[in-house]
Amino acid sequence: MSDILTAVIPVVIIAVICGAVLVIASKLMAVKQDEKFPAIRECLPGANCGACGFAGCDGYAKALCDDPKTPVNLCIPGSSAVAKKLSDVLGVECSDVKKQIAVVHCSGDCSKTQDKYIYQGIENCQAAKLMYGGKGSCTYGCLGLGDCAKACPQNAISVKNGVAVVDPKLCIGCGICRNICPNKLIFLTESTQKAVITCSNHDKGAVTRKLCSNGCIGCKKCERICKSNAIKVIDNLAVIDYNKCVDCDDFGVCAKNCTTGCIKTI
Amino acid sequence: MTKLIIILLSAVFINNYVLSKFLGICPFLGVSKKLDSATGMSLAVIFVMLMATAVTFPIQKYILDPNNLGYLQTIVFILVIASLVQLVEIILKKYLPSLHKSLGVYLPLITTNCAVLGVTILNINENYTFIEAMVNSLGSGLGFFLAMVMFSGVRSTMEGSDIPESFRGLPITLIAASITSLSFMGLGGVIENLFGGV
Repeated sequence: MSDILTAVIPVVIIAVICGAVLVIASKLMAVKQDEKFPAIRECLPGANCGACGFAGCDGYAKALCDDPKTPVNLCIPGSSAVAKKLSDVLGVECSDVKKQIAVVHCSGDCSKTQDKYIYQGIENCQAAKLMYGGKGSCTYGCLGLGDCAKACPQNAISVKNGVAVVDPKLCIGCGICRNICPNKLIFLTESTQKAVITCSNHDKGAVTRKLCSNGCIGCKKCERICKSNAIKVIDNLAVIDYNKCVDCDDFGVCAKNCTTGCIKTI
Repeated sequence: MTKLIIILLSAVFINNYVLSKFLGICPFLGVSKKLDSATGMSLAVIFVMLMATAVTFPIQKYILDPNNLGYLQTIVFILVIASLVQLVEIILKKYLPSLHKSLGVYLPLITTNCAVLGVTILNINENYTFIEAMVNSLGSGLGFFLAMVMFSGVRSTMEGSDIPESFRGLPITLIAASITSLSFMGLGGVIENLFGGV
């Protein structure tokens, strides 16, 4: 019995001393944390996507604590629901978040374009672009090596037949892919806007035609057909002005009538 | 003095905790991906090893040994190291927030780092004096630092190389670790001979 006690007692004493020191230390040296911080952090979705412009959700929550002027509607994945919750916690007014999704402005997949050469380097768009602007015939188009797909925090992007495709259901609109694409093909649009020009080629029509059977040749047919004058051909490429593009009566008429099929609806 | 230098150098190069004794392998494989996190982790380990030795050595000599409680060594040391790391974290958070932030998650991770427990127990087993024990812990920490920094270099080189599909990720990392370890085996006997076989 005494053997057990001589073993147990010193361990208990050491444990109690350690515990007491830790308790005292944590009381004496407690760092004041903003009471609002856990509450704010709780509101945010925790995707750490960086769409708000801060380093992750913790960074945004800290900025909201420290600077009352930080807008509460910066969280795009969380959209209006999160902005509402944040404004309740902080007691400030909130404005709606416009839900955005990413769209790829290229549809020149492997069946529409030809390869200039066989690429055997590392699987990275940035690296492939250094080799004569990529292996595909069109230097404006998607390089198809999936830098965006790797960067996407939601796995919403997949490379299908050589072109990146965004799944609108999974996309949270954080914009990481937009910043990473070396050809700047990915744009964020508000999800209510439904017609997209899936081409970024500024070459003249005849040149584009040779490179890609799905490219915009600048024929201006869409320009004539759009009743709200939302489409303009600028520098041999059709561009949609989303301030003018509304849900028109014959929605999708521009997509149906496009000569090469590069206008798509989402 | 010569003995201290021998202890220090052999702890760094010959009895390297990671590459020769295979203790603390999990941070070695887990945190060595980037140089700055490897450096942060190793600095924290050096710090905790020194602190742990300074505390556990007197406990062994003045509490456990006189009462014939040597068999409690492991559990008492774990207890002391765990609370010591927590205490250090509290102190750093209050007085050196920038260091606390740069060490980040690595400090609590060290609680479960077997290299720290290993160094404190081996200090006792080797019958070192207090000074020698401290020098040995410093050397072990530096050895850990050396292994981490070297291996993060190896890994960053591997990032850009074309590795066969089936070897990618952990397999090639383990192979690289074994080759790094093998290279350290070549240093055996060098330090003893440098000082004329003391």
